[in-house]
Amino acid sequence: MPRVVVDVMLKPEILDPQGQAVANALPRLGVSDVASVRIGRRIEIEFTGEPDLGRAREIADKLLANPVIEDFTVRLVEADETADARS
Amino acid sequence: MTARVGVVTFPGSLDDGDAARAVRIAGAEPVRLWHGDAALHGVDAVVLPGGFSYGDYLRCGAIARFAPVMETIVDAARGGLPVLGICNGFQILCEAHLLPGALTRNQHLHFRNRDQILRIESAGTAWTNAFQPGQEVLIPVKNGEGCYVADTATLDQLEAEGRVVARYVGGNPNGSQRDIAAITSSAGNVVGIMPHPEHAVEALTGPSLDGLGFFTSVLKHLVGAPA
Repeated sequence: MPRVVVDVMLKPEILDPQGQAVANALPRLGVSDVASVRIGRRIEIEFTGEPDLGRAREIADKLLANPVIEDFTVRLVEADETADARS
Repeated sequence: MTARVGVVTFPGSLDDGDAARAVRIAGAEPVRLWHGDAALHGVDAVVLPGGFSYGDYLRCGAIARFAPVMETIVDAARGGLPVLGICNGFQILCEAHLLPGALTRNQHLHFRNRDQILRIESAGTAWTNAFQPGQEVLIPVKNGEGCYVADTATLDQLEAEGRVVARYVGGNPNGSQRDIAAITSSAGNVVGIMPHPEHAVEALTGPSLDGLGFFTSVLKHLVGAPA
């Protein structure tokens, strides 16, 4: 069954201190060519019936993301691209 | 008649006991409210306490906003019920859209726990009328996600309408925009504050008694409010 994937990211103008902390750690790995790191959240939703992108968008807007500080995208993925399939 | 002030307990609330205690020391009757019970049991005001409701899953306050008791509180707040959100309670009020903006991870990423000087900027709210405008108070701050953010238009509007209730003085503990520690709704009945006035109500445990003013304010407000 395909799932809906919701990607939630902080808006570009909102400071991401976690991403900055990760970026600042990279030189210790010998990585010096990374300009910036932004951290977000990926949520996979499985519906009981057919995946419903409109409904997923509503869930994302009301609960999964806070539109004051975050943007989100919603897309369908096949089951073999989901976290379960990879594990 | 003694005012009845509700204190909500969510799964993961920490400071509900201290908030109820502060209400009692201020001279009101604390009424414990449960997140799963939509009834407000006739309270005259509500405190949303600090803590980590629902484990701070997803975002702080995001899930608590949908608790049955919150749906009733949101409606009542729009009708004028005084509501004070402290720390996690402030986060819940923002998530419930009773207050604008959002609380995000402290800019320096550290949990910050210290006694903090605040300047009361607005003494016109239901929860700050016992203070003088410009008065400085000493109240503990303890948060990991207390950085207040909003877009410039919202911040300008809050300033223009006198809705910044308190600002950090002597160092901003979390990176909050414009040093904002507390804000209020346009009607002044809903206040969100990141530091913890309920921890500054007794000489034995607090750095001052300054926190008591928030709780005595609401009693003054209720006496003056139309029944």
